[in-house]
Amino acid sequence: MTSSEERLATIRGGVPPRRHNARTIAALTGNPGCTRRAVLDGAGVDKPLLAERIGFPAGFGQSRFAITRGNAFEAQVKADGGTELLRLVAERLGVPVPATASWTDLGHGDDPAGRERRSAALLAAALPTAGSAAAVFAAPDVAAAPAAPDVAAAPDVAGAPDVAGASGAAASEDGGTGEPAAALFDHPLLGLEVAGRRVHLEPDLVAARLGGRFHVVEIKSFPVIDGQADPAKLAAAAVQSAVYVLALRELLAAYGHDPQLVSHEVVLVCPRDFANQPVAHLLDVRKQLLVVRRQLDRMARLDTLLAAVPADFTADPAADPATLVGSLSQVPARYAPDCLASCELAYFCRHEARGQTGTLGRPVREALGGITDVAEVLALAGGERVADPERAQAAALLRAAARLRADALGGVPA
Amino acid sequence: MSTLRALAAAQAVAAGAAQPVATVRHLHLSRRPLVLVPLAMAGEANAPLAAMVGAAPGEGRLLIVPQPRNRDQRFAFAAELAATVLPYLAGHRGATEAVAVDRGRDVRYRYLDAPQLLVPNPAGVTFLRLLGRSTRFRRVDGEYPVPPEVPLLGRWLTFFAERAEHPGSSALLAMTQALTLHWATGQSAVEDLHLPALLGWIAPPAGLTGAGAAARAEDPSVCPPAGPATDPGFDNRLLAPAVEAYAAAGDDEAARVEAYARLERLLRDQLTPTWDLMWRGLGLLRALPPGARVAGRWDGDRDAFTAQSEHIDEGGAPQPRRDGAVAAAARLHRLERAAATYAVQRAYDDPLVLAEYRLTGEAFVGEVVLADPARVDDSGRRPVLRPRIQLVTTEPVLVPVGASLCSPARPGQKARVVFVTPTADGKTEVVLELSGGMGRGLTATPGSVPEVGQRLCYTTLSEAYVPSGAFPAVEETPWTHGGPPDVGPAAVADGAPPPEPEPDEAWA
Ligand code: SF4
Repeated sequence: MTSSEERLATIRGGVPPRRHNARTIAALTGNPGCTRRAVLDGAGVDKPLLAERIGFPAGFGQSRFAITRGNAFEAQVKADGGTELLRLVAERLGVPVPATASWTDLGHGDDPAGRERRSAALLAAALPTAGSAAAVFAAPDVAAAPAAPDVAAAPDVAGAPDVAGASGAAASEDGGTGEPAAALFDHPLLGLEVAGRRVHLEPDLVAARLGGRFHVVEIKSFPVIDGQADPAKLAAAAVQSAVYVLALRELLAAYGHDPQLVSHEVVLVCPRDFANQPVAHLLDVRKQLLVVRRQLDRMARLDTLLAAVPADFTADPAADPATLVGSLSQVPARYAPDCLASCELAYFCRHEARGQTGTLGRPVREALGGITDVAEVLALAGGERVADPERAQAAALLRAAARLRADALGGVPA
Repeated sequence: MSTLRALAAAQAVAAGAAQPVATVRHLHLSRRPLVLVPLAMAGEANAPLAAMVGAAPGEGRLLIVPQPRNRDQRFAFAAELAATVLPYLAGHRGATEAVAVDRGRDVRYRYLDAPQLLVPNPAGVTFLRLLGRSTRFRRVDGEYPVPPEVPLLGRWLTFFAERAEHPGSSALLAMTQALTLHWATGQSAVEDLHLPALLGWIAPPAGLTGAGAAARAEDPSVCPPAGPATDPGFDNRLLAPAVEAYAAAGDDEAARVEAYARLERLLRDQLTPTWDLMWRGLGLLRALPPGARVAGRWDGDRDAFTAQSEHIDEGGAPQPRRDGAVAAAARLHRLERAAATYAVQRAYDDPLVLAEYRLTGEAFVGEVVLADPARVDDSGRRPVLRPRIQLVTTEPVLVPVGASLCSPARPGQKARVVFVTPTADGKTEVVLELSGGMGRGLTATPGSVPEVGQRLCYTTLSEAYVPSGAFPAVEETPWTHGGPPDVGPAAVADGAPPPEPEPDEAWA
C-alpha cells in the first residue's frame, strides 16, 4: 500500500472500499469542483451510509419495476443471440449487415480478475484487420499482438458459442471475402483506474469489426418517441457510455494498439415509441469523454487534494455522528442544487450551505451580483455602507432593486 | 433570472416564507377547471398507473390500472379517462359569441367559455402529451380496435399539450409553474418542481416555517411525490406486492376483488395529498386579482378551443407526429410572437413586473415638471397636435433620443424621446413629444395630456400590433426545406409507407 492508499483506508474506516461502476463514475462528473466529494469517492466511502449516520439520509432509490423492465428489454434485444442486434447496429453505422458474426458471452464466471483478463484478450484480438481502419492505422497482425494471456491469439473467438447460425469456420470469415467477421461481445468486463484503484466495468455489448471500429453498444429501456428521448436520461446514458469507451480505449492502448480504434460514437439501443421494438441511435460522446477523463485525472492526483485535508479527517460510518459532521466540515464542499440529483451527501451539504445564495442556483446568485451570503445581499439591499469597492456596483443594483420592489408592493403608482 | 426576482428569493430565505413576485394574477382561472393528477409506472414508456381527476375538490375520481404492463388495461384506462374528460370538454360547447374579423367585413363564432386542465407540474404536461401521442392514432377497427373515445381523447390531450407551449395560454397549466409565476421561494428552481415543497414555502401549515414545511415535504413517506413518477420506496415496498397479488389472483374472483381494492387503497393514498394540494394552490391563485390583460389572452384560448372543436367536427386529421417544414416555422414564429406579447402584457398589468424593466433602464418613472399640451407642429404639410412634456426621474434612463416610448397608463399614446439630459444632482430630465389618443382636432381632449405633478412610467415595451410573418403554403415548401411533402396516392404508388401513423404500433 502506498501512503495515499493507507490514508484513504483510514478515512473510510475498517471497511472495504465501495465498488465503483459506470454509473458512479458518471456521477463523479456531476460536481467536479467539489473536494469533499473527490476525497470521499476517491476513498470509496459508503456515502449513503455516511449520510444516514449524520442524519441526512439520501433519497436515491430505484424502483423494482424500472430494474425489471431494463433487464427484460435487454434480454429481449439479445434473445436471438444477437442476430437482430447485429442488424440494428450495422444499419445504424451504415455498413452492410454481415451474414454472420461471432457472439461471445463474457457475462459469466465468478472471478472478476479472470473475467477481465479473458475479456481483454478476446477484445484485443478482435482488431479490425481489414477495411478502412486498417488503412489509417497499421494494425499489427493479430497474432503478433502483445502476449495475450489465457487465450489463443486467434481472430475468431476461441470456444465462443457460435450463435449466428454459421459454422465455426464461417464465423471467422465473412462470406469468403477474407475479411474477419464481425464480433459481438456480450457483457465484457473492462477495467479503469479510479483514484488508484482498479474498477470493473461491464458494458452491455461491444461490437468489433463493424465499420472498421470497435463500438460500445448500450441497451437502455427508456423510449425514444418520435425521435426524442428524455433529455436527462439521454445525458446520463452518454456519460456512462463514455466511461466504457474510455476503458476500452485504455485496453487497446495497453496492448499497443491505437485507442482511436474505439469509436467515439456509441450505439444506443432503445425501445421505439410505445412499442418494445428496439431501435438504434448514435450518440457522439466526445464531450463526455473529455469530462470523464478530466475528472479521473483529478482523482488520480488525489495526493494533492489529500494534502489539504486535515490528518485526523475521518468518514468512517462507524464513528460518532458528531465527529463525522465535524470532520466533514473541515473539507470544503461546493454545494449546488445539481448535487441533489448526483451525490448522496446533498441534503447534508445543502443544510450546511443554508443562507448562501448558491443554494438557490447559479442564475440567482449571478443575478444578485455574485454575492454569496443572503444576509449580505439583504444588508446591501437595505442600504448598508459598502466597505469593499468591488461590491459597489452590486450594492447599487441591489439597493435599486429593493427600492423598486418596495414601491411596487407598497402600491406606489408607477 | 431578473435581479428583482433573485432579491425576492433572498428575502424568502431570510423570512422563511415565499415572497410575492407579482401583484396581480397573470393567468386565467376557470370557474370549474378539471384537475388531473396522473401517476405513471416506473420503467415503462409513459404507461399510466393511476390518476385522480375531477372538476371540484369533492369530485375526484380515481382511475387505476391494476396491471400497467397489460396493453388492454392501458386502453381501458384511456377510455375511462375519456369518460370524464370528453363530457367535461363538451360542457363548454354551449353558447357562442360573434367576433368581427377581416376589419368587420366578416364574423366568426367562438365559445363563450373554454375548458381548462390543471396538472401538478411540467412532467404532468409531458405525461398528457405522450398519452395523447400514444392514443390519437389508435384505430377503432382492425386487429387491435379501441373504443372511439380513445383516439378522440388523444387528439384533445395533444391539443392541450400544444397550447401549454404557447406563452400566456391558460388552457393547460402546471400548478408549480402557475405558483412560481407569482411567488419566489427560498429554494432552487429544481426544488420548486416539487409541489408539496413549493406550497410549503407559500402557505406553510400552522407552526411551521416555509423552509421547515418544505423539508418535511421531501420525505416521501410523509408526503408522496406529486407524480407522474412514483416514489421508488413505495414501488418496492407496497406497490410491487400489491400488483403481484392482483396478478396471482387470476380467475379467483374473491381474491381478485380483494387485491383490486388493496391496489385502489394504496394508489388513493398516494394521490389524495397531491389532489388536496392542487385545490389549495388553486385557492391561493384565485385570491389574487386578475391582471387587466388576462381575459384578452383567454380569448385566444377560447378561439383555439373553438377551432379545434370545429376541426374535429369536420372530420379533420389528427395532429401529425411531426410538423412539416412550413408548419414548424409558422408555429415557431407564432410562439415567439406570443412570448413577446406576453412579456409586454405582464409588465403593463403589473408594476412589480414592470419594475424589472425599470431596473435595467428599459422603463423609468418620473414626475411631470413641464407640459405644453397645446403645442402644434406646423412644419409639415398639415399642422398636427404634438404636445411636449418634461419629466424628471431618479432612475437610469437607457433609451436613445428618437426612441418611441409608451406609458402603460396611456397605452394608446406614443411618446417620442426628444432630449435626455442628466442634471447636476444626479437626476435625469427627459423631454417627450406626444402623439395619438388626444382626440381629432388641434386641441387635446381634457385629461389626454399628462399634467404637471403627475408621476408616470414610460417604457420601450410596446403593445403595438406587429403583423405576423408570411409563410409559403405547404404545397410551396421551398426545396431548401425538403420541398412539398409527399401526399396522397403518389407516395403510396411509390411503395413508400403512408406518412401517418403505423396503426399497429403496439403499446406494450
Ligand atoms: S453534495 Fe456535497 S459532497 Fe456531494 S458534490 Fe455536492 S457539495 Fe460535494
